[in-house]
Amino acid sequence: MNKDYWRSNLKIVSILLFIWFLVSFGFGIIWSDFLDQFQIGGFKLGFWFAKQGSIYFFVLLIFIYIYLMNKLDKKYEDKSGKDN
Amino acid sequence: MDAQLLTYIFVGSSFALYIGIAISSRASSTNDFYIAGKGVHPIANGMATAADWMSAASFISMAGLIAFLGKDGSVYLMGWTGGYVLLALLLAPYLRKFGQYTVPDFIGTRYYSNLARLVAVLCLIFISFTYVAGQMRGVGIVFSRFLEVDINLGVIIGMCIVFFYAVLGGMKGITYTQVAQYCVLIFAYLVPAIFISILMTGNPIPQFGFGDTLVNTDTYLLDKLDKVTGELGFNAYTENTKTKIDIFCITAALMFGTAGLPHVIVRFFTVPKVSDARKSAGYALIFIAILYSTAPAVSAFARMNFIDSVQEVNYQEAPGWFKNWENIGLIAWKDKNGDGLIQYSAGNALNEVKPKFNNNKGSSGERATDNKPDMTNSNEVYIDRDIMVLANPEIAKLPPWVIALVAAGALAAALSTAAGLLLVISASVSHDLLKKTFMPSITDKQELFYARCSAAVAIFIAGLFGIYPPGFVAQVVAFAFGLAAATIFPALFMGIFYKRLNKEGAIAGMLAGLVVTSIYIINFKFINTNLNSSENWFFGISPEGFGFIGMIINFIVAFSVCYFFKKPPDSINQMVDNLRNP
Repeated sequence: MNKDYWRSNLKIVSILLFIWFLVSFGFGIIWSDFLDQFQIGGFKLGFWFAKQGSIYFFVLLIFIYIYLMNKLDKKYEDKSGKDN
Repeated sequence: MDAQLLTYIFVGSSFALYIGIAISSRASSTNDFYIAGKGVHPIANGMATAADWMSAASFISMAGLIAFLGKDGSVYLMGWTGGYVLLALLLAPYLRKFGQYTVPDFIGTRYYSNLARLVAVLCLIFISFTYVAGQMRGVGIVFSRFLEVDINLGVIIGMCIVFFYAVLGGMKGITYTQVAQYCVLIFAYLVPAIFISILMTGNPIPQFGFGDTLVNTDTYLLDKLDKVTGELGFNAYTENTKTKIDIFCITAALMFGTAGLPHVIVRFFTVPKVSDARKSAGYALIFIAILYSTAPAVSAFARMNFIDSVQEVNYQEAPGWFKNWENIGLIAWKDKNGDGLIQYSAGNALNEVKPKFNNNKGSSGERATDNKPDMTNSNEVYIDRDIMVLANPEIAKLPPWVIALVAAGALAAALSTAAGLLLVISASVSHDLLKKTFMPSITDKQELFYARCSAAVAIFIAGLFGIYPPGFVAQVVAFAFGLAAATIFPALFMGIFYKRLNKEGAIAGMLAGLVVTSIYIINFKFINTNLNSSENWFFGISPEGFGFIGMIINFIVAFSVCYFFKKPPDSINQMVDNLRNP
């Protein structure tokens, strides 16, 4: 198994999961009341993160993951191709 | 044409479509039956996953629940979408790489133990039947309200349709019907939402509309809603009432539970490549997010419209939908102050909460109940939260075809989820119990035959749940997610990311999660129901959120136990290495 590949994979996953935690548990729950003092349109910001924003971020995160992993796969495919 | 006839036409033609698809995609091998021959395109799989996932609860109940919970409703919105990030990043690609048929299959192979496999099968069957029971209630409600057939007949019709395409087509048939069902259900959800958004705020996009100002005013919808709900004695709509720790735990339990639900995971086994598994998780979440981001808008509109259209209205002039739902028994009105007007505010209208109708009429012609009015508050209306989405188009006075469409959409949501669940039940019985444990010598043909038989039996049991609904459906849904979070998710996650975990650790962890979570939920939901309040809860965590604690216990037990026993064999090490390499 390629150790570097696995390590880069873990790095990507941990960064993305950190953002996942921040937008949902962070902005949507823990600091939600604090963010409620800011307003975008008719939404209080914390309320928006809890009911809308977090969901949009989730979609975005998966697509960033797909993009990064495809790039990573390609990089290691090329490498193993050269090794052979 | 009236709504009734249109509903027959819409529901009838959607059923004909599902049957047509089922006939054209029959399964000929176990590979077809369990995982659709691994030939499903990621976008199609994304739609199928979305339909599989969005159940009668998502379509019918969720917006209603949020309408009454206000900001607390976000636990369902975040909980039931955030799990897909975990699925995509931590499970789906690796499980697809594993390349077998079922979730217990992975657990049994990775932990080289049939005991681990059996524990997983047990959890899977329990989780799936819990869920199916809820779908069948949804089918019953839609049939009785919109088609005015008997609930039992409605359930039997639903069973026959599912039987037809699940038993005949297996995963292959189910996948392509689910694609069609997704299209029906999302269209049915969006059309009324867009209509109502335009009517109330002038904004055609509901996601923006509920943050917009009301038509012809400068007042934001949510500000008005806060004010009105506050005046009626409810909590302000945009504020939390549950404690932070409870919201945190419920959200986490739902997220990790989602990532551990077998009927969702198995969908990622059906795509051709590992990279397709990632992609289809992304598409699935987009398709799901379309409904989930619309739901909070629908609930805000529904809450506002409901209050506007019944408050201080004379019962005899009450809108038609109010009386229709009263006839079904999901709305009740008790004229506490005898003025003939409907007053709606915070608190229970009736003692014992749920109405027990007798055959008499009250002084204004309303259905009388045996319940005494609850005189501690002035609320006169009992309303079942489940009807909000179904009643919404009528409340907003939308044209009859929209009402018919919603009925077809609700049925699509319920049937697609039921079919997906029945399939994982039948696969785990025929594949994990028979082929891999008790009857290893059967041929592929025989296994396929047993898979069809167990699907048929599972449908029959599900139908019985629909006809004789167990009173505990709402309570056990928390159970399903709690168990998925406390048993299946950790076993899968550690199986991939923690090589040192041996069978002793994994089994001890799963059993610990299973036992602790079950005891906590059974204690508060079934035995000591009178103690089910925050001062008695462990750190203020409700039974709904306890699956998260169960999961942590699973991790701790698994880590500690595994060091007392020897390492997993080399073949398992190689297997995990192989999983990690795309």
